[in-house]
Amino acid sequence: MTSTVDDAPSQAPEDGHPSGDERFALVDKHLKRVRYEQDQLIETLHVAQDVFGYLSEDVLMYVARALLLPPSMVYGVATFYQLFTFEAPGDHACTVCTGTACFVKGADGIVRTVGDAYAVAAGATSDDGRLTLKTARCLGSCGLAPVVVLDGTVHGHLDAAEAVALVRAAVDGGGES
Amino acid sequence: MAAPIDLHEVAERELEARSRYPWRLKACNSTACLSAGAGTTMQAMEQAVEADDLALDVQLIPTGCMGLCSRGPLVRLLRRGGEETMYADVTPEVGIDIIRSHVRDHRPVEASLLDQHMPFFASQERVVLTHAGIINPDRIESYVAHGGYQALEKALTTMAPEEVVEQVRISGLRGRGGAGYPTGSKWALLAAAAGDTKYLVANGDEGDPGAYMDRTVMEDDPHRLIEGMAIAAYATGAARAYIYVRAEYPRAVERLDRAIRVARRNRLLGRRILDTDFDLEIEVRIGAGAFVCGEETALMASIEGRRGTPRLRPPYPTERGLWGAPTMINNVETLANIPAIVTNGGSWFASIGTPSSTGTKVFALAGDLVNTGLIEVPMGITLRHIVEDIGGGIPNGRSFKAAQTGGPSGGCIPAEFLDTPVDYDSLRELGSIMGSGGLIVMDDEVVMPDVAKYFMEFSMDESCGKCTPCRAGTVQMHGILDRITTGTGTRRDLRDLEHLCQVVRDTSLCGLGQSAPNPILSTIHYFRDEYEALLVDREAVDA
Ligand SMILES: Cc1cc2nc3c(=O)[nH]c(=O)nc-3n(C[C@H](O)[C@H](O)[C@H](O)COP(=O)(O)O)c2cc1C
Ligand code: FES
Repeated sequence: MTSTVDDAPSQAPEDGHPSGDERFALVDKHLKRVRYEQDQLIETLHVAQDVFGYLSEDVLMYVARALLLPPSMVYGVATFYQLFTFEAPGDHACTVCTGTACFVKGADGIVRTVGDAYAVAAGATSDDGRLTLKTARCLGSCGLAPVVVLDGTVHGHLDAAEAVALVRAAVDGGGES
Repeated sequence: MAAPIDLHEVAERELEARSRYPWRLKACNSTACLSAGAGTTMQAMEQAVEADDLALDVQLIPTGCMGLCSRGPLVRLLRRGGEETMYADVTPEVGIDIIRSHVRDHRPVEASLLDQHMPFFASQERVVLTHAGIINPDRIESYVAHGGYQALEKALTTMAPEEVVEQVRISGLRGRGGAGYPTGSKWALLAAAAGDTKYLVANGDEGDPGAYMDRTVMEDDPHRLIEGMAIAAYATGAARAYIYVRAEYPRAVERLDRAIRVARRNRLLGRRILDTDFDLEIEVRIGAGAFVCGEETALMASIEGRRGTPRLRPPYPTERGLWGAPTMINNVETLANIPAIVTNGGSWFASIGTPSSTGTKVFALAGDLVNTGLIEVPMGITLRHIVEDIGGGIPNGRSFKAAQTGGPSGGCIPAEFLDTPVDYDSLRELGSIMGSGGLIVMDDEVVMPDVAKYFMEFSMDESCGKCTPCRAGTVQMHGILDRITTGTGTRRDLRDLEHLCQVVRDTSLCGLGQSAPNPILSTIHYFRDEYEALLVDREAVDA
C-alpha cells in the first residue's frame, strides 16, 4: 500500500531518541499503532506537533528515520501544509477568523489592529514571545462573525478595539495560557 | 464473531426508553452554539434538573445543529404526546427558567420563545439534515431509532449492486462538492472499473472559507455518512474507504472515529456486514491546512502522505486513483443523501427540486442578514426566498447588494437577479457556481473590489505552486487589485486584470487556478463602475 523509495519494507527502528527526551516515546507509540506505514507521514507530523508544539529539525529527522523516508521528502511535506509550524509558539495564541463571513464583518481590521498593538504579523510570534497571532479560515461560527479565538476560547461579535482589549487582558493582565 | 445489530430491536428499545420521560429537552451542542455558550447552559440545566429532583421527568439530550445559529444557544423542548417548543438565546439563566418554569410548572418562558413556524424553518426541506438537531450524534441507538442503517440493510439484503447504482442514477443526484457531476454515472464508472482493490473516498475537506455544511454532517450525524459510504462501497465494489477531513475539524474527526468503532462492533462495518458477504473498512485521514487538497487528485496525494499537489486528468480517479487503483471521490453531503435515496427510491428524490438539479442543497447562510445559520432548501428555490424569507432580510435599514456563492471559485449575484432559481445551471449562467454551499449576503456598504481582492488573496495563498499560470497569475492579479483598491490603479491595470483572468482561467492545471478569476470576473461584470471609480486616470480618460 505504501510507495517506498527503495522498495525496502518498512521496519521499526530502535525506539526512542538519543537525548532520552520522553516526548519521543509518544511519537513512537503512534508510529507503532500505524505500523510505520509511510503514508501515515502527515498523521505522524500532527502527533509530533501536538507533542512538541512545533516541528524542529530534530523532530523532522526523527520522523524521517522512523518511516524510512528521505528527510527532503519529510521536509517537503511538512512545509507544504499550513498547519505545521517550525517555530515555538508564544505564551498566548490569538486566532482571528478571516473566513468570508468574518471578512464581511471586518476581520481584516482586527488582524491589523491586534498586529499593530503587538508589532507582530499574522502567522508570527511577537519578539518577546508573548503572543502568536494567527488567522484561520472559517471557524464554523459564522453566526457570531467576526470571530476571535483567544487561548482556546471563542469570542464573537467583536470590533477591533474590543479584540485588542481582550488580547491585552490575557497577555498583559493574566498569567500563562 | 459477535452477532450483528438487530436494528428493529434496538429501535424499539430506544423508543420505549424515550417514552418514559414526560419531557425531553434537546440542546444544540454544535460548534456555533457552543461558541455562544451552549456548554455552560447545559451544565446549568443539568444542575437545575438535579436540584429540583426532576431527573425522572425530563431527559436532557445534546444534539447537533438546529440551524438558526445566529440565535444560539438553541433548545427544543418536547412534551410526551407531541407538543414541541423552541427557545433561542438560551443563556444559563434562561435554561434554568425553562426547567423550573416550563418543565416543572408548565409555564413556558415567553420571552425566549422561538416561533417554529417562522419562514426560516417553514421554507426548508430536510433530507441531508433530517437528524441534525434531533438525534444525539454520539449514540448509534439514537440514529437507529430514527430509521438509521435500514437503508444499508435494505440494499444489502434486497438489492443487487447494479440496482443501487440504478436508483442513484434515477435520483438525478449531482455531486455536492462543487462541480455537480452526476453521482450515478460516477458510481457506474467505479463499478465497471477492473481491479481487485477499489477505493472510496469521502471528501470532507470543505475548503470554502465561510461554509460548514459537511462539518455539520460529520459532527452531527456521523452514522449517516458511514451508512451512505457503506451503500456506495457495496454498489461499486470498493472494499476500503477513507474519510478525508480537514484538520481544522477535530470534533468531526473524533466523532467519526468513534462512530466507525461503534459501527464495527455492531457489524455495520468490518467483515461480513450484517451477516452478508459484504466487507468494508473505513479509515479517517486528516488534512493539514491546504485548500487545494479538496481537489480530488491533490486529496489522493495527501492521503498517500505526500504533498497535496494536483495532477492532470485524465486518467480520472476511477481509472487510476489511490496507489494506482480505481478510486471514487464523493463529497460528504453527496453521500449523506444516499440513505434517503435507497429508502425512498430514486424517483422520490428526483421529485424534489428541478429536473436538472434534483433534491435539496444545504447552505451555510452568512453575512448581512437577520437570520444566519445552516439551511437546507429544495433546489430551484429563488435567491429572494432565501434572502428575504429565510434570512429575514437585511438588518440595520440597509439594502441587499449581492450574494456570493461558491467561495473563492464562485461569484457575486447582484440584486437584479434575486429571482433566479438556485440550481446548478442558473447560477453558472450568472457567472457564479453552486459551489459547496457557502452563501454570503452583502449589504450596500460592502465594496466589491475589496471582495474580489479578499478572494484573490485566498487563492494566491492557497495556490500550490505546481503550475505557473496559477502560481504567478494569482500574485499578479492580487497585485493589480491591491493597486486598484488603494486608489493607485490605472485604466491599463483594469484591462490587464481582465486579460490575466482569461489566461489563468484557460491555462491553469486544476480547478483552483481555473476558477480563481471567477470572483474578479463576476464583480467586474456586475459592478464595473465601482472599479472604474477607483482608477487614478479616470478623469483624463473620461474627459
Ligand atoms: C481547488 C478545489 C477545491 C475543492 N474543494 C473541495 C472540497 O472542499 N470538498 C469537496 O467535496 N470537493 C471539493 N472539490 C471538488 C473535488 O475535486 C471533487 O470534484 C468532489 O469532491 C467530488 O465529489 P462530488 O462529485 O460528490 O461533488 C474541490 C475542487 C477544486 C478544484
Ligand atoms: S467565516 Fe468566520 S466563523 Fe465562518
